[in-house]
Amino acid sequence: MMRVVIFGCGRTGSSLGLMLAKNHQVTVIEQNPEALRRLGTRHQCKVVVGSGIDEEVLERAGIGEADVFFAVTRGDNSNIMAAQIARLKYKVPKICIKVADPHRADAYRKMGFECVVSSALIAGFMSDWMTEQPFRPIDEYNTLCEELKL
Amino acid sequence: MYMILVGGGNVGVNLAKRLIQRQHEVLLLEKDARQATRLSNMLGEEHVYVGDGCELSTQKAVGFGRADVVIAVTGEDEDNMVVCQMAKVVWSCDRVLARVNDPSHEEIFRQIGIDDTVSATGIIFNLLEQQIAKDELIPLGALAKGNIEIVETVLSSRSPVVGRRVRDLTLPPQTNIVWILRDGQGLVVEGDTELKVGDEVVALLPSDRAEELRMLFVPTKV
Repeated sequence: MMRVVIFGCGRTGSSLGLMLAKNHQVTVIEQNPEALRRLGTRHQCKVVVGSGIDEEVLERAGIGEADVFFAVTRGDNSNIMAAQIARLKYKVPKICIKVADPHRADAYRKMGFECVVSSALIAGFMSDWMTEQPFRPIDEYNTLCEELKL
Repeated sequence: MYMILVGGGNVGVNLAKRLIQRQHEVLLLEKDARQATRLSNMLGEEHVYVGDGCELSTQKAVGFGRADVVIAVTGEDEDNMVVCQMAKVVWSCDRVLARVNDPSHEEIFRQIGIDDTVSATGIIFNLLEQQIAKDELIPLGALAKGNIEIVETVLSSRSPVVGRRVRDLTLPPQTNIVWILRDGQGLVVEGDTELKVGDEVVALLPSDRAEELRMLFVPTKV
């Protein structure tokens, strides 16, 4: 059982939260209370309303004892900043960030953050599906992104 | 000097005006096209660029690589952080300066290597504190990446150090009383200097010693 904190309850955050809550202790941080509806009415997640770059909010979510932190809001910069607070101030051992901009993802990957670029993953999966190639490890899709070469 | 400013709000535009007057090469980045047009009319279009300062393509186009200083002054701390961090890490820019809106973020900015930050909230708060609080230790500033602090306290009649000479105080290690303001006059502090009610005492000390100094100077609350 891992203690998991997820910042962002959009489609990604809510799916991830519901998926993990079956076997792990999950807390979801979300600024917009409306978005928490995505979790449905019978979920097992703890919910904290606020911003993940606010240390007080992170502490209420139990960041100090967290094993894993996911930053999956729509805002790349908010995700990146929250991840850095989680790493440097609260020493969370496993951190994963959703970053839409592949260049920004590349820069922060070089600083040692696990950055997932959803558009690159989808494009890579679809392309391999079309040509009926076996799917590859996630990092290959992350870094094969064509946009990076521009 | 070539100065890149990111964020065309009030802070950005007023800063740009002054820097242009000082004959610097100034470029102000603003991502909203309509706001950028207004800025062009005010500053001259050679000083304004429409684009998101967090994006690599913009950074490349405006020449982050040859900037002498990159200054991030948007209203969002996360944007200012990413601009400055990418300027340092990707473009090896020596000098970056970030506006920090929430003063509690200053520490994390320093930890990731953005040493120069300005927080209007923090400054205003400290000024108010100085006017309101007697017998509190007020931080005036920090040196050496925050490891050394300059603090000030105003002595009330209840302070346990009133009437004592500086040499008789057991100050925390590496702590120096550098300045006393008495009746509007600055005093050079010597061992024989006796502390009086109303003295504004300024000390320089390692930040982890501040609590010890507070215990020495500030009367315990009843």
